[in-house]
Amino acid sequence: MTGLALLLEQLPALQVVLPLLAAPVCVLLRRPNLVWALSCLTSLGCLGIALTLARQIYPHGVISYAMGGWAPPFGIEYRLDELSVFMLVVVSLAASLVLIGARQSIQREIPADRIHLLYAAVLLMLTGSLGIISTGDAFNLFVFLEIASLSTYALVAMGRQRRALVAAFQYLVLGTIGGTFILIGVGLLYMMTGTLNMQDMAERLPPVLHTTTALAALAFLVIGAALKLALLPLHIWLPNAYTFAPSMISALLAAISTKVAAYVLIRFVYGIYDLRWSGLNLPLNDVLALLAVAAMLFASYVAVRQQEVKRLLAWSSLAQIGYIVLGLSLATSAGLAASTLHILNHAVIKAGLFVAVAAVLFRQGGSTLQLADLAGLSRGMPWTTAAIIAGGLGLIGVPLTAGFVSKWALLQALIESGTWLYVAALLASSLLAVIYVWRIIEACTASTGDRDIQRREAPLGLQLSIWALVAMNLYLGINSSPGMRLATEASGRLLAPTAGVPL
Amino acid sequence: MLDAILGLFNYWIAIGLMMTGLYIVIAHTNLVKKIIGLNIFQTSVFILYISMGKIQGGTAPILAEGTLIYSNPLPHVLILTAIVVGVATTALGLALIVRIYEAYGSAEEDEIVNKDRRA
Repeated sequence: MTGLALLLEQLPALQVVLPLLAAPVCVLLRRPNLVWALSCLTSLGCLGIALTLARQIYPHGVISYAMGGWAPPFGIEYRLDELSVFMLVVVSLAASLVLIGARQSIQREIPADRIHLLYAAVLLMLTGSLGIISTGDAFNLFVFLEIASLSTYALVAMGRQRRALVAAFQYLVLGTIGGTFILIGVGLLYMMTGTLNMQDMAERLPPVLHTTTALAALAFLVIGAALKLALLPLHIWLPNAYTFAPSMISALLAAISTKVAAYVLIRFVYGIYDLRWSGLNLPLNDVLALLAVAAMLFASYVAVRQQEVKRLLAWSSLAQIGYIVLGLSLATSAGLAASTLHILNHAVIKAGLFVAVAAVLFRQGGSTLQLADLAGLSRGMPWTTAAIIAGGLGLIGVPLTAGFVSKWALLQALIESGTWLYVAALLASSLLAVIYVWRIIEACTASTGDRDIQRREAPLGLQLSIWALVAMNLYLGINSSPGMRLATEASGRLLAPTAGVPL
Repeated sequence: MLDAILGLFNYWIAIGLMMTGLYIVIAHTNLVKKIIGLNIFQTSVFILYISMGKIQGGTAPILAEGTLIYSNPLPHVLILTAIVVGVATTALGLALIVRIYEAYGSAEEDEIVNKDRRA
């Protein structure tokens, strides 16, 4: 066997090991530009690995990798199916595109002696996120979840204002409770099944599904994941964390953390349990759907009333999380495919918007951006304004943007399952999105009045990052079939009638 | 009835500790106390795991003559990892409290909220 083939076999592990090793190197290098370059290279490397894996998995099916050579189910298995590799690409793509533009904005917002630590934390967050997605072991998933969360708390705390510290603390308390709930759920499942391998668990679970222990485990897992996902009403940490984190970190959080938590929820309710089991005897679908609808309507309504742009976008994220959860609560393959696709599309759209806000803040200074501060933006920064408008249209779901494709898919899934009330909620939430996006666009094009504000376009790096994300947004909107096909195959694998026969 | 209490006493202890911890996190305004509550909450889960592995009459899982029943070491090993995660969380939480105290001059949640409201 040649060296290259040997290396290719280790890709599932390298995916996680690469950023893990790069993080301490960042701390040692210390030079801001060097550390930035290393982080970019690492995330691009992860993207390369994810794409290579995707090219193997989409035609040929699941890859199972025995960590350290210990065979599953006793050893830790890295199990990559279509859904996980889809998520690997989403996470590493979003991280790469945001990091490329991060250099100047981070330099402006973070003291020079802390920049290398920030990048190290970003890489650890990437490690954790990629690990959560790759692993097939429930306990390993918990550990990676905490790695990702701990580095996220530190990243939020690096914001300029002192309120960033309080936001990070609040996030830490709630995130830890969520993580511990997941730990309890995994423990209860281990009691009932005697295994930690998720595939193995799914096979052993049906006979003991009626026990209170198995149902309690499901409750703990779902609530834990919902806390990390910021599903209404467990969302209170998110608006502050997004508002006060450094601008580029907000973009990373919006694109990665909640998306990975959504993946965790999908894994729990479809990979281990199965929402379609009639024996479950729990109205979990309905509960998730109701919370999702509440998030879509309430969070959009709150977003309409916000004055601060980052906070507005954070509330809009909560509404978009509602779309994702609504799709997966349908327990149909169309619904799950719509959710999966919306994870990708919303990551691209929201990251683009947050990077655009970072570009405005870069020229403007300060750490919060009121809507009124946007006045005259279309004159001074026409390209950034155009990007904000493109992202905003994506949030609404206007045709030819990515948001349209996944919303359309979700709408079709809802109509297919005959849930007309949810269809109405989806449309109402989209109308509210029109209002809050309109408020941003109106603020951008408003005249400055008698104030004289000098603006210039943001530096090239930020522009590159914004336009790469906007181009992705438009590409996914115009050429919608590849994304849809990949998402459908991913959800098809998860819902395939293999393990866990209905009772 | 008595069986449900005495026979499952490890679960009762875990539940009691868990509720105590959660109550402290929710009810106390002092940030350090919140972290202490979080620790108690996490410890309850550690105990849940550790007691899960114990088998009556079982010994340490070392091959020796005369012993046939062993306790399950896996939950104990898992919880070592979870303890490390808990220590890291506590350390980060306390570090944040130090920074919050430097920035606000207080570690009481209501005072911090008031200061932000006035600012």
